Amino acid sequence: MWLNQFLVLSAVLFSIGVYGVLARRNGVLVLMSIELILNAVNINLVAFGSYVQTVVGEVFALFVITVAAAEVGVGLAILLLLYRNRRSVDIHDVDMMKG
Amino acid sequence: MSPSVDWAALLPQIFLGGGSLVMLTLGTLVRKRAPWWLPNVLGIGLTLAAFGSVVWQWVRVQDPSRGAFSTIAGTVQIDGFAVFLSGVVVIAALLALVFAPFSIRRAGLPPEEFSVLLLLSAAGGVTLASANDLIVLFLGLEVLSIAAYVLAALDLRRAGSQEAGLKYFVLGAFASAFFLYGAALIYGAAGSTKLDSVAAALAAGAGSNARGMLLAGFALLLVGLFFKVAAVPFHAWTPDVYEGAPSPAVAYMAAGVKAAGFAALLRLFAGTFSASSADWRPAVAVVAVITVLAGSALGVISGDVRRLLAYSSIGHAGFILVGLESAGANGTSASLLYLGVYAFMALGSFAVVMVMGRDASGSQPLAAYDGLARRSPWLALGFTLLLLAQAGLPFTTGFWAKFEVIGAAVQSRTYWLAAVSMLGAVVAAFVYLRLVVRMYLVRPGADGDALASQKSGVGLADDSRSGDEDSDSRPPVAVPRSVGFVVAVCAAVTLFFGVWPAPLLNLAGDATLAVLGG
Repeated sequence: MWLNQFLVLSAVLFSIGVYGVLARRNGVLVLMSIELILNAVNINLVAFGSYVQTVVGEVFALFVITVAAAEVGVGLAILLLLYRNRRSVDIHDVDMMKG
Repeated sequence: MSPSVDWAALLPQIFLGGGSLVMLTLGTLVRKRAPWWLPNVLGIGLTLAAFGSVVWQWVRVQDPSRGAFSTIAGTVQIDGFAVFLSGVVVIAALLALVFAPFSIRRAGLPPEEFSVLLLLSAAGGVTLASANDLIVLFLGLEVLSIAAYVLAALDLRRAGSQEAGLKYFVLGAFASAFFLYGAALIYGAAGSTKLDSVAAALAAGAGSNARGMLLAGFALLLVGLFFKVAAVPFHAWTPDVYEGAPSPAVAYMAAGVKAAGFAALLRLFAGTFSASSADWRPAVAVVAVITVLAGSALGVISGDVRRLLAYSSIGHAGFILVGLESAGANGTSASLLYLGVYAFMALGSFAVVMVMGRDASGSQPLAAYDGLARRSPWLALGFTLLLLAQAGLPFTTGFWAKFEVIGAAVQSRTYWLAAVSMLGAVVAAFVYLRLVVRMYLVRPGADGDALASQKSGVGLADDSRSGDEDSDSRPPVAVPRSVGFVVAVCAAVTLFFGVWPAPLLNLAGDATLAVLGG
């Protein structure tokens, strides 16, 4: 089995995710970009798991999926709170404090 | 075959995590009928119980006939290091809960959510401190952080708190993702997530055929954890979050979350990856220097006390990194000592900052402290002591912490690092002395007088010295007993162990990583 193709796919997804977090203004898209990075990690974990022939990688990926769900729940709640006050989820507008 | 579980090793997590879940469940049932202080008192009880079990674990680990042990198939390691940092996290949660009622009353924080989230976050911190597997490490980090994101945004009505929550969340989740990618690469290179096996594989030269993967894994793990402990250049969130979030939450973040983040850094790098220390030490050295210097320099130009303390916490993170850089038992115990004494300084300082309140724009200018020594001499004295300790003055714990960290750098022959961090300490001292001078020597300016007359016009209780020409006519700052207690405890610990440091030095010296032996 080839490991490289999975690692390359994962690295590409990771890079797209990092670009999204840094460049996107919409808060929901930033959350989605973070999810993209986490899924890149999952691909890595499962690929390594099947490469070293242990089940640990898959178990790790399951934990990542669970925690990612909790994280996105909190993130959406914070964005919703912000939307109620400002009628916008543009995270570049959120810069009241500077200095 | 299910692994054996030593429940006694998990007692702190049971009290903190289990207790908070029970509180959450019961809270939804009796919410309307329970008095507002009940969650707080329950939280204090649970953290005290957790602290008791941490002390019990310490006695067990230090007993030479028993020593460090691991449980749940070796994924949880209870050694001196884990127990010491668990203790720091639990104390941070305990003291934050003790002085939180003031903030709960004034800012209208939801009392139950505050206690539950603080306990959950502390449970994550304890898990992180004792994790011996990349999966457990990740779970601890996330439980710690996700609860802390919500804590930062808990002051629902204030826009600054929402902003703090959002910034902390986006950058924290981003950092967690980096950490996770690094963990996956380390798993791939070493073939196991267990830290013992990873250390053994590295020592046996594993990953020499996948060296790029190993180095990328180190780099990504470092970036993720540098975000969590607020090291420059990954510190951008810190001032905004410290300014916007509710003060008890900030005190816990500065003391507890930082200690937990360093627990992961120290266990992974000083412990597990010690065989490849030549690879990661230069990176840590550079970040440590930038962090010490930038934290001090940015503190000088900051005009808000919360931001000033945020930059100071960045600077302290730099000093702790100096201890990590020396990559050995000495450096690790110096870092632990620093984390322990800084926790008290941070908790006390943010308790003072909390009672000083916010102005209309939600900030707290340095001018708020003008002449504080005349208005509230005891509060000013306590704050002065905590600030001088942060500056590293002799006869305070801050001095011994800096002394040990720089001593460890000298011992590992990184003289330039020791020299630059001493320079940083001098610059940082200016930041704290500026605030002390304002409290003792500066008379309140014209705007202060206007504020004073406005306040006395409202008819607040004035102090008896109001007739005195020399004294400030503003009333003393109202300090509730709980806040006074926390400030007094923190100042007393700082001064007492500053004069008599031997027990503290021994405590940190005994808090060794099992992986380093000893």
